[in-house]
Amino acid sequence: MAGHFPILSLLLWLPILGGCLVLLAGRLAPQAVRWLSLFVAVLTFAVSVPLWTQFDPTTAAMQFTEKLPWISTFNVYYALGVDGIAMPLILLTTFVTVLVVIAGWEVIQYKTAQYMAAFLILEGLMNGVFSAMDGMLFYVLWEAMLIPMFLIIGVWGGPRRVYATLKFFLYTFLGSVMMLVAIIYMYLKAGSFDIQGFQALQLGLQPQIFIFIAFLLAFAVKVPMWPVHTWLPDAHVEAPTGGSVILAAIMLKMGGYGFLRFSLPITPDASHALTWLVIGLSLTAVVYIGFTAIVQTDMKKLVAYSSVAHMGFVTLGFFLLFAIFEHTGSLNGAVMGVEGGMVQMISHGFISGALFLCVGVLYDRLHTREIGAYGGVINVMPAFAFFMVLFAMANCGLPGTSGFVGEWMVILSAMRANFWVAFLAAFTLFLGAAYSLWLVKRVIYGDVANDHVREMKDINQREFLVLGLCAIPVVLIGCWPAPLLDVMHATVANLVHQVAQSKLTGAIP
Amino acid sequence: MSFEIPQFLPAVPELFLLGMICFILVVDVFLSDAHRLVTYWLSLATIAGTAWLTVAVAQQGSLLTFGGMFVNDAMGNVLKLCTYLTVAVVFIYSRDYLRDRGLFKGEFYVLGLTALLGMMIMISSHNMLVLYLGLELNSLSLYAMVALDRESPVASEAAMKYFVLGAIASGILLYGMSLLYGATGTLDITGLGVHVAANPAASIATLFALGFIVVGLCFKLGAVPFHMWVPDVYEGAPTSVTLFVGTAPEIASFALFMRLLVEGLGGLHVQWQPLLIAISLLSIALGSVVAIAQSNLKRMLAYSTIGHMGFLLLGILSASSAGYQAAMFYTLSYVLMATCAFGLILLLARKGFEAERIEDFKGLNERSPWFAAMMLVVMFSLAGVPPFVGFFAKLYVLRAVIEAGYTWVAVAAVIFSIISAFYYLRIVKLMYFDRAPANARALKAEFDLRLILSGNGLAILALGVLPGPLMALCAKVIAL
Repeated sequence: MAGHFPILSLLLWLPILGGCLVLLAGRLAPQAVRWLSLFVAVLTFAVSVPLWTQFDPTTAAMQFTEKLPWISTFNVYYALGVDGIAMPLILLTTFVTVLVVIAGWEVIQYKTAQYMAAFLILEGLMNGVFSAMDGMLFYVLWEAMLIPMFLIIGVWGGPRRVYATLKFFLYTFLGSVMMLVAIIYMYLKAGSFDIQGFQALQLGLQPQIFIFIAFLLAFAVKVPMWPVHTWLPDAHVEAPTGGSVILAAIMLKMGGYGFLRFSLPITPDASHALTWLVIGLSLTAVVYIGFTAIVQTDMKKLVAYSSVAHMGFVTLGFFLLFAIFEHTGSLNGAVMGVEGGMVQMISHGFISGALFLCVGVLYDRLHTREIGAYGGVINVMPAFAFFMVLFAMANCGLPGTSGFVGEWMVILSAMRANFWVAFLAAFTLFLGAAYSLWLVKRVIYGDVANDHVREMKDINQREFLVLGLCAIPVVLIGCWPAPLLDVMHATVANLVHQVAQSKLTGAIP
Repeated sequence: MSFEIPQFLPAVPELFLLGMICFILVVDVFLSDAHRLVTYWLSLATIAGTAWLTVAVAQQGSLLTFGGMFVNDAMGNVLKLCTYLTVAVVFIYSRDYLRDRGLFKGEFYVLGLTALLGMMIMISSHNMLVLYLGLELNSLSLYAMVALDRESPVASEAAMKYFVLGAIASGILLYGMSLLYGATGTLDITGLGVHVAANPAASIATLFALGFIVVGLCFKLGAVPFHMWVPDVYEGAPTSVTLFVGTAPEIASFALFMRLLVEGLGGLHVQWQPLLIAISLLSIALGSVVAIAQSNLKRMLAYSTIGHMGFLLLGILSASSAGYQAAMFYTLSYVLMATCAFGLILLLARKGFEAERIEDFKGLNERSPWFAAMMLVVMFSLAGVPPFVGFFAKLYVLRAVIEAGYTWVAVAAVIFSIISAFYYLRIVKLMYFDRAPANARALKAEFDLRLILSGNGLAILALGVLPGPLMALCAKVIAL
C-alpha cells in the first residue's frame, strides 16, 4: 500500500490547519468565519468518504497506512492506519462535525471564530486518535483532545460551566495518566510504542492485570461506566449543544474503541479474569442508570443518562465474548456480541447526537431544558415533533431504526452466554422505552402547556437540514445494516480470535 | 614544583565575559539615565559574543585546564548556550518593566552578567572548590538583584531571607565538601569518582558528607524540605528579577547535580537514591497541593517550580544515562516554560500595576486572544498535557523512573500531577471563561517584546510537536 495518497494525514491535519485559518479569519474577515468553517468541515468529510469506498472489507489488516519516524530517541513513529473498527468511527466523526458546524450557525454569537476553530481542531485530533497505530501518538492525541473540549464547555457553556468543565478535564486526565504509565511500561518491554507490537507482547498474568486496570481507568472514565460516569451529566448539561453532540456522539466512543484496540487484545487473560467486573459494571449502567434517566427533569440530563445506559450495552457486548466461549465453545457467537457493540456505538453516535440537537432546538427557543416548561410542542412545531419522536423511538430500539440492530445483537449474544445476563440486559428495552417515550409524551404531546410554548416557531431550514441529516443514517442502518457489518466483520473476527488465544497458555478454547 | 602556564583557550568565553563585565561596569558610571540603553545593548552584545566564543572553542570530547579544575565538554557547552539564551531573553523581557519602575540601572545588567559568569563556572567546574566559587558568585549576585528595588520593604525582606538561607545552604554544602575531602583526600571531581568507585562500601564520613551535599544542592534547587525561600523570593522580588532567579540558575543547578552527584559521587547512587526519592516526591506533593491555595501568581509559580524540581530530581534519581538525559530535557523545557510564564506577567504589567494577582488575568482572551493563547500553551505545558513540551519532559522522566524499577514512584508522581493540573487550569479558566473587568486596558508593549514572547510560546508548542531534536541533543551530550 506504499506510496498511496496520505488520506489519514489529511484527515488529521486538514481540520487542524483549517481551524487555525478560521481563527485568523476571525480577526481579518469575521463575516466569512461560518462559511469557511463549513467549507473545511465538508471538505474533511469529503476526504473521508474514500476511506469507506476504497476500504477492503476482506482483510483485518491495517489499511491506508502511513509510517514516518517521529521521535527517534523513543522509537516513536507517526504511524496511521485504519481497520474495520476505526474506519466507521472516523466517518462518524467527520459527519458529525459538519452537523455541529451547521448547528452552531446562528446560535453562537460570542467568539464565533474560536468556537468553530475549537471544533475543527477537535475533529482533527479525534480522527488522529482513531487512526493512530503508535501508542505514543495515540496518547498525545487522546490528551490533546481534552484542551479544545475544555474550552468549548468552559467558554460557551451554561451557568455551572466552570465546575462542569474542570470536572470533565480532571476526571479524564486522571484516567489517562494511569494509561500513560501502562504504555511506558509496555514500551520498555516491547522496545517501541507500536500498538500491534503491544498486542503481540507476551505478558504474565499479574502485569496484564495491572495494565488492564490502568486502561480500564482511562476507558471507563471516557465511556463512561458506572461509577465514574458522574462527570458526564454535568458536562452534557453545561456544554453548548455542539459540545454535547461531540461528547455523546464521538468522545464516548473512544472509550469503547480503546477496549477493542488496547484492553482486549493486549491483556486477554486479564480481560478474561476480570470480565465479571466489566460485565457487572455494564449491567449496573444499563439497569441502574436506566432507572436514573427516568426520573430526570432536565432533558439534557435525561439524554446524558440514557447515553451512559446505552454505552453500558456497548461494553457488555464487548466483554461477553469470554462467557460465550465457555458456554458454546465457538468463536462465531462472540463475534456477534462485539459487532453488536460496534453497531450500537455508531448508532448511538447518530441518535444521541440527534437528541441533543433536538434539545438544543428547544433550548434556543425557550432557554430552558426543564421538561416541565414544555408540553404540546407538536401543535406548534409539527416538523420538529416528527424528528424528535423518530429519534426517541430509535433511542428505545424500535425495529427499523439503527438502535434496534445493536441492542438486538447484544441481547442475542448475551442469551448465548448466560440467561441472567441477557435478562438484565433486556431491561434496557423497557427502560429505554420508558424514559424516551415518557419524555416525548411530556414534551411533544398533550395540550400546549403555556404561552411561551404557543409562541415557539417550527424549525427553520437549517435545523431541518441538521436533523434530516441525522435521520438518514438512523433509518438506513436500521433497515439495512449489512454495509456497516460487512466492513467490520473481518476485523472483528480477527480480533475475537486474537483475544481468545491466551497469552499465558496459547490455548484457543 | 614548576609553575605551568595554564591553557586559557577552553575558558575563553568566561574570560571574555569577565572582561566585558568590568568594561560595562566602568562605562555605565559615565552614562546618564537617558543613555542607559547603551548598557542594555552592550550586555546583549556581550552575551552574543560569549556565545560565539563558546561555539568557536567547542571541541569534541572534554578538555581539562587550570590543573584539571576546569572542564570544557559538550554537555557544559550546550547548557551554557541555553543559559546565554535565557539570560538574553530575560534582559529583553525586563527592559520595559524596569524602566517603568525606575529600576533601569546598570546594576541589573552587571549583576545579571556576574550571575551568568557564576553559572558558567558552575557548569564548567571540575573541582569542588571551583564549583563552590561559581555557586557563590552566582548566589551573591542574585541576592543583590532581589534587593535591587531598595525602596520596597517586601523585596528587602525577600533578599534577607534569600541571603540567610542561601548562606546556610552554602555552609552546609561546603561542610559536606570538606568532609569529603577528609575522607577521600581529593577535591577533584574525577578523583572523587575514582575513589568512590574503588571503595564501594562508603565510610561513615563519606556518607555524612553525601548527606550534607544532597541537602546543600537541594537547598539551591528549592526542593522540599529546603524550599522555604522560594515562594518569598519569587513573590518579593521585582518580577524581572523573579524571572531571572527562576530560570537560568535552574540550568546551572542541574549542572551542579551532574558534576557533584553523578560524575563525582555516582558510585554512591545506592545511597543517594532513597534520599532523592523522598525529596522529589515531597517536592511534587507540596508543589501540587500548596499552589492551589495561592492567589498571587508569582507565588503560585514558585510552588509550581518546587513541584517541577521534584520531577527533575526524578530523572536524576533514576541513576542511568536515560535518567540524566531526561533531567536535562526537563530542565531545559522547564526553563523555556518559566521564561514564557514570567514574560507574560511582565507583558501585562504596566506602570503602577504589577499583574501578579491571579485575577489580573481575567478575561485576557477578550483583550488579547494571541497572548491568552500563549499563556494557555504555557499552562497546559506546565500541567504536562500534550502536545506541548512539558508533556514530553514528564514522559522522558517517567520512562527513566519506570526503567529504574520505581514504577510506584512514577504512579505517585502522576497522581500529584493531576492535582497540579487544577491550578494551571484555573488560570485558563480566568483568561477564557471569565469576562474582563470594565477597567481592563488593552496590552501595550514594544514590538520586540511581543515578537520574542510569541516565539517563546510557539517554541513550547513546536518542541511538543517535534521533541525529537532536543531529545537527541540531550542524549548526545550525556552519553555515559
